[in-house]
Amino acid sequence: MTESFALTEAVYYILLSLCTPRHGYGIMQQAESLSGGRVHLAAGTLYGALSNLSDRGWIQQLPEEFGSRKKEYRITDSGYEILCGELARLRQLVTNGEEIIGGMHND
Amino acid sequence: MTERKTVWKWFWVWDFEKEEEWLNRMAMEGWVLCQVHFCIFIFQRCQPESYTVRIEMHSTDEAYFSFLEETGAEYVGRVAWWVYFRRSAELGPFDLFSDIDSRITHLDRIGRMLLCVGAANICIGIANAFHSGVGILNLLCGCVLMYALGRIRGKAEALRRERTLRE
Repeated sequence: MTESFALTEAVYYILLSLCTPRHGYGIMQQAESLSGGRVHLAAGTLYGALSNLSDRGWIQQLPEEFGSRKKEYRITDSGYEILCGELARLRQLVTNGEEIIGGMHND
Repeated sequence: MTERKTVWKWFWVWDFEKEEEWLNRMAMEGWVLCQVHFCIFIFQRCQPESYTVRIEMHSTDEAYFSFLEETGAEYVGRVAWWVYFRRSAELGPFDLFSDIDSRITHLDRIGRMLLCVGAANICIGIANAFHSGVGILNLLCGCVLMYALGRIRGKAEALRRERTLRE
């Protein structure tokens, strides 16, 4: 059985944002927009993460457009698999949480 | 020409966060960093609270710096291994690190530099102590750097403990 692990929130939102090709600043904006302003990816953190994710083959850099200095990235097939696995894990977390405290919270 | 002022100030390497806080207090009061040299900070007049300043220990990395510039940050200057960036407050809050892992990575990077330079100073100091007084300076330097390493490692340890709870 393969070891299951949790992604950090930053990685989760980066992978999610890169389901559409984006450049760095676009990823920051998308993460903020998706999370209603809660998730804030700082430039240094993002840069390190993009480097890591690229090395792991979970995202890829797209060929640079002529005349544009901005690097664009997008998720790879293996990154997409990881993301789906993570979503399943998160669903379980929510289910378990609602079973135990969801009811109590609503009483 | 915008009004400028020069401030001479010493910060210990383990107090880089205090240095950053001070630079941001100055920006809040209407003085934003525009040039930086060893212990010398040159500020220019700006609208109060219109800039955020951030410091990081980072080797020259064109890809990283242009990435930061893409997000609207302006490169202010470099002193030894430390780079200074500022960004207009109009673009929103400006941070370089938003999670514990990247802060730990940064502290480890600082630690490695301190270990290298500190060890080098101690070695040079020991080698020279026998035939010149300058060796003593190197030894002193080395000791201060080792103390700094201890402080930085302490910060990283505290963050690692925090990390077991949250990101």
